[in-house]
Amino acid sequence: MRKGMVLKKAISILLTAALAAGMCGCAGSKKSGVSENFTVGIPQDLDSLDPHMATAAGTKEVLFNMYEGLLKPDSEGNLVPAVAQEMTEKEGGRVYEFVLRPGVKFHNDAEVTVSDVKFSLDRCAAPNADGQPLVPEFSNIASVETDEAQSKVTVTLKQADTDFPAYMTCAILQEATADQEDAVPMGTGPYMFESYTPQDKLVLKRYDGYWGEKPEIKNVTFKIVSGTDTVVTDLEGGAVDMYARVLSDQADTLSANPDFQVLEGTMNLVQALYLNNDKKPFDDEKVRQALCYAVDRQEILDYVSDGKGTIIGSSMFPSFSKYYMPELSDAYKTDTEKSKSLLKEAGYPDGFSFTITVPSNYTQHVDTAVVISKQLEKVGIDAKIKEVEWGTWLTDVYTARNYEATVIGVDASNLTASSLLSRFRSDAGNNFVNFSDADYDAAYDKAMSETDDETRTQYFKECEKILSDKAANVYIQDMPEFVVIRKGYSGYKFYPLYVQDIAAIKPDR
Amino acid sequence: MKKLMKNKSFRAGLVITGVMVFLAIAGPFITPWDPEEMNRGLKFSGVSLSHIMGCDNFGRDIFSRVLYGLRTTMIVAVGTVFIGCAGGVIIGSLTGYFGGIFDTVVMRINDVLFAFPAVLIALVFVSLFGSSDVILIVALGVAFIPSFARMVRSEFLRNRSLDYVAAARLQGAGNFRIIFFHILPNAWPVLLQSVIIGFNNAVLAEAGMSFLGIGVQPPAASLGRMLSEAQSYIRVAPGYALFPGLVIILMVLGLGLMSRASYE
Repeated sequence: MRKGMVLKKAISILLTAALAAGMCGCAGSKKSGVSENFTVGIPQDLDSLDPHMATAAGTKEVLFNMYEGLLKPDSEGNLVPAVAQEMTEKEGGRVYEFVLRPGVKFHNDAEVTVSDVKFSLDRCAAPNADGQPLVPEFSNIASVETDEAQSKVTVTLKQADTDFPAYMTCAILQEATADQEDAVPMGTGPYMFESYTPQDKLVLKRYDGYWGEKPEIKNVTFKIVSGTDTVVTDLEGGAVDMYARVLSDQADTLSANPDFQVLEGTMNLVQALYLNNDKKPFDDEKVRQALCYAVDRQEILDYVSDGKGTIIGSSMFPSFSKYYMPELSDAYKTDTEKSKSLLKEAGYPDGFSFTITVPSNYTQHVDTAVVISKQLEKVGIDAKIKEVEWGTWLTDVYTARNYEATVIGVDASNLTASSLLSRFRSDAGNNFVNFSDADYDAAYDKAMSETDDETRTQYFKECEKILSDKAANVYIQDMPEFVVIRKGYSGYKFYPLYVQDIAAIKPDR
Repeated sequence: MKKLMKNKSFRAGLVITGVMVFLAIAGPFITPWDPEEMNRGLKFSGVSLSHIMGCDNFGRDIFSRVLYGLRTTMIVAVGTVFIGCAGGVIIGSLTGYFGGIFDTVVMRINDVLFAFPAVLIALVFVSLFGSSDVILIVALGVAFIPSFARMVRSEFLRNRSLDYVAAARLQGAGNFRIIFFHILPNAWPVLLQSVIIGFNNAVLAEAGMSFLGIGVQPPAASLGRMLSEAQSYIRVAPGYALFPGLVIILMVLGLGLMSRASYE
């Protein structure tokens, strides 16, 4: 008996030692740097691999690596030629001519043809279930004509639109394979699809036939990290090499770690307490304004991101400096008394109770909701919090609009003001807050039909002002973005859009 | 029972469990702080006289949150084990005692339920009925039934052919009487074991569910939720993870000691 015990002990000690040695081995090999495989942690599963169908910002930032449009955005906020090698604007912005770049190939090595381009543009212009085109602005397209001999595509608009090139970042798909797009994505970008395991990971590999500068990292895995809570452990344990949006406290922890570099930028999101303007009591402008006065934005920033971040007052973030109106961030200074009197006027002297539905995988949004709910207590409003899983959020809140309020960040899909503002038109298919205002619609329509850039910007600003005046939502901030990358890689680029450009990252030599 | 009281580990376990139950019940009277009150200045402040376990990422007093969390966790665990145990005893005793085709059919259904992970069953419940504390308890409780049922059934299988059961039957005792007054008391020691193990599992399951965001909803505290939230801040505020963890350990330890003593 005793002997047996001793033996058992000896074996267990040996096993532990072996395990420990094994673990050291893993950690060591990972630390010694840079390999051909690079793993990026992402906070949620992808809603679709088809770039035209994907709605989540977190999906689009991943697909950016596989797909390109005729033009593509660069990190400075300019549009640079991609599938097209040049663009000519004619008739004051009513006709656009694109000449395709020779030798641009899809990932199955087939060359991009003018009919692929026409097909892709038509696909985005075709009305879907709610009668809106996939890209709402494409309703302005009168015709797309192709000239195969000169590999030229001519887009004619119904009305001149100088912002139109920005929509041409819309991904070009191959006509022959597009019906399989969700299963086997086929783009022209620097990385090609390798495999996708739902709820787990998306694996990409370098496409060697890429027309542009080929990326240095060979294999990229986008690994779904279900909760932000485990990110630090994942990074330190070597499971993930990069994570684009850690919390500010995590950033502090990781910047003390010699294996990591922490870069700071902005997320380019409009984070807000989005209110369902159709649901009582949020159909009352006064109630919405009361909420705006009750919330202390600086306090939210202090709790959630150590005071970093930019307070905003409408659906526009500072990176879009041409349209951004800094004065709106002060439109609703925290004022408990004013909030209470507005509630009284609206017929809720004792407040009311409602539920904030938040996606549980975004700790920043959950934390924001916790702080808001505490702040609303002061004016007698009882805000309950309901955490839902990301898929449920997309279907119930974003698509079915079956919610009272939610905290989320809304991104811009391209470099125009309308990418942020079009959703608040009363008939917009993605108007998930059900905002409806005749003045807004009128101002937005005027902006869209205006060709003079300056006047147009004025109309867009009017739209922002209306969103703020009518308190469409409780606007909070453009959040700070802390990107953590393992040491030994450099070249990460912040974009004015929600994009993770892996091709720009290079291992140090 | 007297014999049990003489056992040292049973007494130690009883004291620890007693203190935990007392803390859970009397929590609000012990701490002067509101568990949901935030304070910017106290974010991640360390252990001090006024905040004996320090403060979390919202500057909330961790000690108060641990007390309230203990209460939530205990309610969920007790409820879960109660539902699981009650359901398991009924199914297990009937199938084990009567046997035959009834046993086969019910136990196969039981096996099917057993094959699904508890979390999956709970997820189905939550998506059908929405998430709340009650739903969480029912969902976890149902998920716990199969393991109890199996255990009780095997005890009944073992006991039903023993002499004392035959003697009772000869005396004219009915099936119901034999099941609940003769065999069940004899299955008690084993049942107590699984109740305690079940309790521990329920604490962990509650932690897991809250972690997935389908359990206790913020800003309410539960030990599991606190643990998962503390992960991000483990370097900045180790106390945030340490204290809820310690309380879970103590709770499990107290029950574990009692269960071991009863086995001896």
